[in-house]
Amino acid sequence: MELRKRRELIGRVFEGIALTATTIGLVALTLLLLDVARRGLGVLSWSFFVNYPSRFPEQAGIRSALLGTLWVISLTALFSVPLGIAAAIYLEEYAPRNRLTRLIELNINNLAGVPSIIYGLLGLELFVRGMRLERSILAGALTLSLLILPILITASREALRAVPMSLREAGFALGATRWQVVRHQVLPVAFPGILTGIILSLSRAIGETAPLITIGALTFIAFDPRGPLDKFTVLPIQIFNWVSRPQEGFHRLAAGAILVLLVVLLSMNAFAIYLRNRLQRRYQW
Amino acid sequence: MELTTRPVALITRARLQRGIAAQWREWGELAIQSLLFFAAMISVFTTIGIVIVLLVEALPFFQQVSLVEFLTDTQWTPLFAQKHFGIAPLLAGTLLTSAVALALAIPVGLLSAIYLSEYAPARVRAIIKPILEILAGIPTVVYGYFALLFVTPLLKRVIPNLETFNALSAGLTMGIMIIPLVSSLSEDALYAVPNSLREAAYALGATRLEVALRVAVPAALSGIVASFILAASRAIGETMIVAIAAGQRPILTLDPRRAIETMTAYIVQVSLGDTPHGTLEFRTIFAVGLVLFLFTLALNMIAIRIIQRYREVYR
Repeated sequence: MELRKRRELIGRVFEGIALTATTIGLVALTLLLLDVARRGLGVLSWSFFVNYPSRFPEQAGIRSALLGTLWVISLTALFSVPLGIAAAIYLEEYAPRNRLTRLIELNINNLAGVPSIIYGLLGLELFVRGMRLERSILAGALTLSLLILPILITASREALRAVPMSLREAGFALGATRWQVVRHQVLPVAFPGILTGIILSLSRAIGETAPLITIGALTFIAFDPRGPLDKFTVLPIQIFNWVSRPQEGFHRLAAGAILVLLVVLLSMNAFAIYLRNRLQRRYQW
Repeated sequence: MELTTRPVALITRARLQRGIAAQWREWGELAIQSLLFFAAMISVFTTIGIVIVLLVEALPFFQQVSLVEFLTDTQWTPLFAQKHFGIAPLLAGTLLTSAVALALAIPVGLLSAIYLSEYAPARVRAIIKPILEILAGIPTVVYGYFALLFVTPLLKRVIPNLETFNALSAGLTMGIMIIPLVSSLSEDALYAVPNSLREAAYALGATRLEVALRVAVPAALSGIVASFILAASRAIGETMIVAIAAGQRPILTLDPRRAIETMTAYIVQVSLGDTPHGTLEFRTIFAVGLVLFLFTLALNMIAIRIIQRYREVYR
C-alpha cells in the first residue's frame, strides 16, 4: 500500500506541473496585454486616428495605415473568398478520388506550412514585377490572397463535409443536377461554417507583416490611398516601423496601434464565434 | 459520392422531352465544374510559382557564387565591400532561435496537452482552450514588440551581459507563440486514443499519471511528434519576431545572449533597404529563400506523412 501511495503522490506532483505549464500561455497573454495597454492607452485619441505618420511622435497617427489595411483586406476578401469556396466545393462535391485530387490536397496541406515571407518573394516577382503592378494595394491583396487560400479552403471543406449526405441524396432523388444540389441544398446549410472560416482567415491576413514588407509596402505614407494601384502601408507595417525606432515616444505609438489592431482582430473572432453559435442552431439533425 | 444510375432509355426520353433547355443545363454544369476545378488547381499553380520564382532568381546567383562557397564559407557579408556568401551564420541564427523556441514550446505545449486531455475538468478546458486560440491568433509583429520591449528588459535584469538584440528573447517569445500549435495538435492526437485503452490500464491498477504517460502518450506518439515537427517548421519560417528582436548581425555563434541574424530577418533587411533589383546582392534573398523553403517543405512533408499514418491506426 505504501508503494501505491507514493505512485499517487507522484501523480499529484505531475498534475501540478502540468497545470502550471498550461497557465504559462495565459500568464504570457496577460503580461502582453497589460504591457501594451500601459504603454499604448495614453496615445489613443481622435488625432491618433486621423493624423498621418510623422517624424514627431506627438503628431503621428495611423490614418494611412488604417485606410491601407481596409483597402488591402477588402480586395483580399474579394479575390480569395470566391476562389477558396470554389476550390472547397470542387474538392468536397466534385473531385474524383484520383491521383490529381490527392496532389491538389497535398499541395494545399503543404502551402499552409510555407513561411509567409516566401509568399512575399512570390508576390514580388509575380505581381510587383511580372504583372507590373508596382508596390500597389492590388499587389499586396493578391499576395495575401494566395497566402490565406489554403486556410480558407480547409475551413470551407470542413463546413461542407459537416452537411449530411441525406440532404444531397434528397436533392438528387428529385432530379436536381449536382450544381443545383450544391447551390440550393449544401451551400445554405454550410454557410455559417464557411463564413466563420472566411472571418478567421481574413483576420490572419490583417495581421500579416512579412510578405507585405517583402513586396515593398512603404512605411511612410502621408496621403489617403485613392485606388487599388496606389502605394500603401498597413497597420502591422506601421507597428513594425514604430517598434524599430529607438525613441520611447514611437514605442508608445506602436503600443497604441497594437491596441487598435487587437481590438479589430478580437472583435472579428468574437463575431465569428457568435455567428457559428447562432446560425448553426437553425439546422439540427 | 455517386449519382443514382438511371436506365439509359429513361434518360434519353427525358432529354428529348426537355430538349434544348436540358442541353444548355448540361453545358452549364460542365462549365461550372471546370471553373471549380480551376479554382482548386490554383494551389498547384501557387506551388509551381514559388518554385519557379525561387529558382529563376537563385540560379543566376549560384552561377556567380559557387555552391561550395555558399555552404562552407563562415561569413555572410553580401552588402559589404568585402563580400562573403556563406549561409552558415544565417543558418546558425535560424537554428539557434528555433532551438530556444522549441525548448520552451515542446515541453510546455505537451504538458498542456496532457493536462487538457487527461486531467482537466470540462469547465476548465472550455476556458483554457479559447485562451490558447487567442494566443495563436495574435499577429507576429505584436510578439516582436513584446520580445523587444518587455521580454528583453526583463531578462536583462537576470542576465547582465545580454545584448539589446538577442536570440534568447526572440526565441522565448517565439516559443510562447508556438505553444498553442503544439498543445492543440498534441491534444487532438491524445483525444483520438480510444478510451478502452485507458480503461484497461486503470483496471490493471494504474494511476492517472501512469495511464497518461505509459498508455495515452505512447499511443498518440506519432501525432505528438508531428506537432513537434510542425512547430519546428513554424519556428524556422517565423519572421517578424526575429526581425524586430534578434538583431541584424550575421555572426556564427551559438550564444543566445548575442545579436544574430536569421534567414528570414535577412530577407526583411534587404527588402527594407534600397538594394536594386536584379543585382547579385538582391538575388541573395532568393537563394536564402530557397534554403528556407526547402527546410520547411521537408519538415512539412514529414509531418503530413506521420499524421496520415496515425489517422489510419484508430479507424
